[in-house]
Amino acid sequence: MNRSLTIALGIMLTVVLSMAGLVLIPNWQFREMQQHKDDDGNLWPVQLEGAEALGRAEYVSLGCIYCHTQQVRPPNYGADLDRGWGLRRAVPRDYLFDKPHLLGTMRTGPDLANIGARQPSRDWHMLHLYNPVITSPGSTMPPHRFLFERVAATDRAPERAIRLPDESGWILPSARAESLFAYLRSLDKSYDLPEAPQ
Amino acid sequence: MTPSLAQPLPEGLPGDRLSRIQIDRSCRQTVVWYVVSAVAWLLAGSLLALLASIKMHSPGFLADADWLTFGRVRPAHLSTMIYGWGSMAGVGVLLWLQARLSRSRLPLPLLLPVTVVIWNLAVLYGTVRILQGASTGIEWLEFPVEVLAFIGFCMAVVIVASVLMFIRRQVKHTYVSQWYLFGAVLWFPFLYVLGVVLSEAGTVRGVAKAAANWWFAHNVLGLWFTPIGLATAYYMIPKVIGRPVHSYHLSLLGFWTLAIFYNWAGTHHLIGGPLPAWLVTVGIVGSMMMFIPVVTVAVNHHLTMVGHFHHLRTSPTLRFVVLAAMSYTVVSFQGSLTALRAVNEVSHFTHYTIAHAHLGVYAFFTMMMFGAVYYILPRLMNTEWHSARWIRIHFWTTSLGMAIYWLGLTWAGWWQGQLMNDPNVPFLAIVEYTKPWLHSRSLAGVVMTVGHLSFAWLVWNLVRQRGAALIGPTLLKRRKGA
Repeated sequence: MNRSLTIALGIMLTVVLSMAGLVLIPNWQFREMQQHKDDDGNLWPVQLEGAEALGRAEYVSLGCIYCHTQQVRPPNYGADLDRGWGLRRAVPRDYLFDKPHLLGTMRTGPDLANIGARQPSRDWHMLHLYNPVITSPGSTMPPHRFLFERVAATDRAPERAIRLPDESGWILPSARAESLFAYLRSLDKSYDLPEAPQ
Repeated sequence: MTPSLAQPLPEGLPGDRLSRIQIDRSCRQTVVWYVVSAVAWLLAGSLLALLASIKMHSPGFLADADWLTFGRVRPAHLSTMIYGWGSMAGVGVLLWLQARLSRSRLPLPLLLPVTVVIWNLAVLYGTVRILQGASTGIEWLEFPVEVLAFIGFCMAVVIVASVLMFIRRQVKHTYVSQWYLFGAVLWFPFLYVLGVVLSEAGTVRGVAKAAANWWFAHNVLGLWFTPIGLATAYYMIPKVIGRPVHSYHLSLLGFWTLAIFYNWAGTHHLIGGPLPAWLVTVGIVGSMMMFIPVVTVAVNHHLTMVGHFHHLRTSPTLRFVVLAAMSYTVVSFQGSLTALRAVNEVSHFTHYTIAHAHLGVYAFFTMMMFGAVYYILPRLMNTEWHSARWIRIHFWTTSLGMAIYWLGLTWAGWWQGQLMNDPNVPFLAIVEYTKPWLHSRSLAGVVMTVGHLSFAWLVWNLVRQRGAALIGPTLLKRRKGA
């Protein structure tokens, strides 16, 4: 029996070591990481609240992560910066409050780390979510019609509704669509951090 | 070491040893239930796969309900395949191999069948919750946290059963498959529990959660599916061709180098990402070191097979197992090379990675489980497979489908990455470039699903005992002179 116990301990040791090395040590490295205070006294990154936090949960629930990353690779490694996906590379501090992390592994669609800065328009985002090919011809992103109410063309626009470009009517975003937009709008890493100058 | 240590037990041991028939009888209920459940999940997972694949090139398809949106169907596909098909087939095969190799009856005859029911309910509940939008959002761990309690309980029972068999074993030596099985059964529950805890714990911050994610996810393949798959290969190849494993020492070297290095490879999923450089480098080094166990296992299996390749014409088990073992070598080489920064700069974030993942989980692990089921199930049911033709259809559709899948997406992904790294190419032009290959993936999915339906039909007929009583193995062709 001693031998099987030794085998079992050896087997467990291998996996405990890798967990310590790959997770616990980096986490210990981050133990004193805090928000950065800029010259105007603002703290970065910002902790999401309200509609933005709800929108983040919606992003998780709808599985946006399976086609979109939220990480800007460094210069001379890929073309993330040249494509205008950010002004600087992303660093650990940018993700201080991320739970769950949404770094992503797939770019069927473009990176969204700075989508709020790149595309701040509410109309654009709502039309794009409703039916992506309206704003992005040829896109394979699924339409999210279920987040909107379709309103027939009338003379008077419902409040907060967005006109469809073919003038066939209006779309009225649900609360879920509004929060998702609030979250996308909040994705903006154009603040300066000492460890990642622009 | 005497050569006899390196082979599964020879047929017909005399004396008070439990006969093979008694061992198989003790496994019958539990293992058949695990395998049949796994096959049901394979069909469910295939349906979800087809849905997701079609949505990738025809995004308007079934897009009017949130529970059918791509972002929910895709993780539902992964979770049913990993926790339903792969893990349940893996547990069934693992328990049977342990019983045979320990020459001991399967213990816990009341509790083990109950775990099949609980496991099925857990996967069903988790999948429904993902479709409802309650995914955790962590890749490979999308099931809601409470699922852990149920699968965790089942795994605890499986550990106890494994340890009991190991303690009660009637043979003094430990065959190499048992090392791998023992590893798998201890590693997976640890990974799963820690994967959930590290993801949920407030003390693990920011990108350390991403490190935890990929430590877990890569190890599900490396420390759960891989050891079960290799244990199966080490058992089935010598069994079917009737000769011992080439080298006992190589097997041990292969096991321990895998145990030591595979663990560390996971962070290669984060190359270029916002993590400390050393952490990613460690992942790359771990990936490179994997050449050692992979080459070791490949050489050992090849030298065992040399001179016996003609059995591939007749034995369904051997055909699937050898194809799977070869895929293991290919996918591991590809994986190590993909971890190099220069390669990863192109392949990361593209369909290339998806093709690679399927080469591992499908061409290696799933094919290995197919081979194992062809060997094990007739012995448990005392019935032959009712049709060699359906086995041939199963083999050729799954292998051909996998080839189309891998070639199309590897090509598409590589160019997708090249184009993405050229800032002058508009993003939507890249989307356009990949579309034909997304169609080829759907085609591959249909072909593979035909294979899965054939397999399910065979398994269904076997458990209904609609076949000749078992005298010898079902062969794809008659042996010459037989």
